[in-house]
Amino acid sequence: MPIDILMPALSPTMEEGTLSKWLKNEGDSVTAGEVIAEIETDKATMEVEAVDEGTIGKIVVPAGTENVKVNAVIAVLLQEGESASDIGKSAPAPAPEGDKAEAAAAPSPQRGEGGEQSEPGEGAKASVPAAPKTEAQSDPDIPEGTEMVPTTVREALRDAMAEEMRANEDVFLMGEEVAEYQGAYKISQGLLQEFGPRRVVDTPITEHGFTGVGVGAAMAGLRPIVEFMTFNFAMQAIDQIINSAAKTLYMSGGQMGAPIVFRGANGAAARVGAQHSQCYAAWYSHIPGLKVVMPYTAADAKGLLKAAIRDPNPVVFLENEILYGQTFDVPKLDDFVLPIGKARVHKKGKDVTIVSFGIGMTYAVKAVEELSGLGIDVELIDLRTIRPMDLPTVIESVKKTGRLVTVEEGYPQNSVGTEIATRVQQQAFDYLDAPIITIAGKDVPMPYAANLEKLALPNVGEIVEAVKTVTYKA
Amino acid sequence: MAPRKSAAAASRKKPAEKSGLNGGITDFDKATELEAYREMLLIRRFEEKAGQLYGMGFIGGFCHLYIGQEAVVVGMQMALKDGDQVITGYRDHGHMLATGMEARGVMAELTGRRDGYSHGKGGSMHMFSKEKNFYGGHGIVGAQVSLGTGLAFANKYRGNDNVSVAYFGDGAANQGQVYESFNMAALWKLPVVYIVENNRYAMGTSTARSSAQSNFSLRGNSFGIPGHQVDGMDVRAVYAAAVEAVAHCRSGKGPIILEMLTYRYRGHSMSDPAKYRSKDEVQKMRSEHDPIEQVKARILELKHASEDELKAIDKKVRDVVADSADFAQNNPEPDPSELYTDILL
Ligand SMILES: Cc1ncc(C[n+]2csc(CCOP(=O)(O)OP(=O)(O)O)c2C)c(N)n1
Ligand SMILES: [Mg+2]
Repeated sequence: MPIDILMPALSPTMEEGTLSKWLKNEGDSVTAGEVIAEIETDKATMEVEAVDEGTIGKIVVPAGTENVKVNAVIAVLLQEGESASDIGKSAPAPAPEGDKAEAAAAPSPQRGEGGEQSEPGEGAKASVPAAPKTEAQSDPDIPEGTEMVPTTVREALRDAMAEEMRANEDVFLMGEEVAEYQGAYKISQGLLQEFGPRRVVDTPITEHGFTGVGVGAAMAGLRPIVEFMTFNFAMQAIDQIINSAAKTLYMSGGQMGAPIVFRGANGAAARVGAQHSQCYAAWYSHIPGLKVVMPYTAADAKGLLKAAIRDPNPVVFLENEILYGQTFDVPKLDDFVLPIGKARVHKKGKDVTIVSFGIGMTYAVKAVEELSGLGIDVELIDLRTIRPMDLPTVIESVKKTGRLVTVEEGYPQNSVGTEIATRVQQQAFDYLDAPIITIAGKDVPMPYAANLEKLALPNVGEIVEAVKTVTYKA
Repeated sequence: MAPRKSAAAASRKKPAEKSGLNGGITDFDKATELEAYREMLLIRRFEEKAGQLYGMGFIGGFCHLYIGQEAVVVGMQMALKDGDQVITGYRDHGHMLATGMEARGVMAELTGRRDGYSHGKGGSMHMFSKEKNFYGGHGIVGAQVSLGTGLAFANKYRGNDNVSVAYFGDGAANQGQVYESFNMAALWKLPVVYIVENNRYAMGTSTARSSAQSNFSLRGNSFGIPGHQVDGMDVRAVYAAAVEAVAHCRSGKGPIILEMLTYRYRGHSMSDPAKYRSKDEVQKMRSEHDPIEQVKARILELKHASEDELKAIDKKVRDVVADSADFAQNNPEPDPSELYTDILL
């Protein structure tokens, strides 16, 4: 069958162009890859190459023709043994190869000759399916009589990694100073001694590179834990976290993903200045394809890190240097794993809901105490996971209290709190008795001076005032 | 402040035996030896004082001392001229003093007070001086290398003959953007002197454990950037190499790399127990290669000055440092309204 040679597109948006020149005449034979014509638009000129071998049977669109529609037949190629009389029975050729062969070859019936122009997306609008709802499991029951062991967050994190490394040979830890130095913040204390240098790997200071190496290893089926000395340095690597780790599962149609944990200290420490003090909870929680966990207590740190290591998805696990040394009870169980995506009611109450997470909880816990002295009974929710967010727990609480204050250290614009506020007003508007107040760090880079740093961070007084405001006791 | 990159530059140039880029040294005349001595001593004493103030709680956060590496920045600075730019990482107090920034302003920034160079908003790692062409003061390892390359780009763009000097550590030398910068600098023949301050460790990681090629002077090879190893404990060797490197850049030949073999005596920052190296190793460097002791010994041997005269210099340096510490402790904190200034123009 003769082959139709079609007008190619130079770009995904090109609809028509000028066929400026034929380099072949009717009757000429061509080989695949040979340039047969030149086309141009106002932006570019391109050579049209033959895809198949044959003889030019007919030039349909003469040189110099303007406004030739993309995918219009411009010539007909005869294959061996065919003659001009066969023309008319032709099959459309795959569009000639040019810069943008993909675009030309893409099925696009709307752009075809005489095809109807329909607005892209118009038809799609009606058919966008609803995002599936995920339901998080509840925390496992802790059997009565379970011994509670006072543990620092630092130890809890180390124990979680050690247990998972014992259980699964594919789990390994890599990062700066994680092995011989035992961790810049001593989180990996003892791991090199127990697991050896094959599984506890000191990297050079090359975040972008070793994060890519980690993601690649995860794509190959290993279970890397990538430690960032602090998340400030993960900004060097954020491309690999988002473009490679978070999107591969989707881009590969589910064939492969990146079961990997990115963990390390997040947020402000004490007086380490603007480049070393930011909270990434909101940043990463923006990204589909990531899970984002930010624990407060040692028990949550342990149970959620174990879950993160087992999770088949990339998990960003945000720790905090100031919390590392704080002690909490951790249940003594062989395998204490908590569900990612489930908030924890830290304290039950009826007057007002406070939602916080990570280090934000330290302010909230103090505020709750102070408020109870004022006769205000706060329900305090520790979000624990930022993405997927356990909104049902928050909504349930707000339905009871009618008032909501959120607390976090990150910047105020597009914060986790503003996200919660948006969704609560969408889903529980009728239950709200006061506007939601979102408390965040100030809208400034972190200053070094002690007095300014204090002002830049949220404080207990602000929370107390906010609660008084939403309960109309101010 | 002492005279820096001063008229002495002309008189100190005695012909070197070997080229400065091949391990040669430039013999210093009396004035230059004394200047080098004083400059290095100022940094040493300043850093010791900063360490004390940190211990007393006047300085917070990270504080990275430059003790041991003084000859690098002092020797380099002697070869620069007005308008040349300097940029470095977070181990930056020495660079600031060497570029002529005031001890008071630096120390007051360390204590987070209003008359610090950044009004207390930067801290130890983030100070800048437009006047002295000091461009910081950067906390993200490696970032200053690209920024320093950008400073050189601006020089070339403007058609002036200034060079930029970008300092970074042996650890930083492994960051990807260093090589992206090398490529552009070589491609566009940018006048930038890359100084690798190889003090053998990046935090607790020795160069042998972090670097497939630990001769950092070779790191520009695939871009055709010449590189040289320099005894960074000998200020004369640093100066000799600096003169040639700077001339190379000024004459339009593009970037050059100087690997300064040096050593930090203190921990990485104030909180580093430094268990990754032996006390002997540190002691050996101190007793056999100390940059200040080397100059001092020559000064005495050549009778450029007597012990007493050196003591007088010492005293003056101590006074400057003590004054800066007093100032930094008594200067008020920034006004709260500073919280919201300098975010956007
Ligand atoms: C991108 C980035 N990663 C990690 C760190 C943490 N960090 C600060 S200094 C340092 C070591 C750098 O060593 P080197 O470059 O040799 O300089 P030196 O401290 O020896 O002067 C590390 C890992 C950081 N500040 N930035
Ligand atoms: Mg170093």
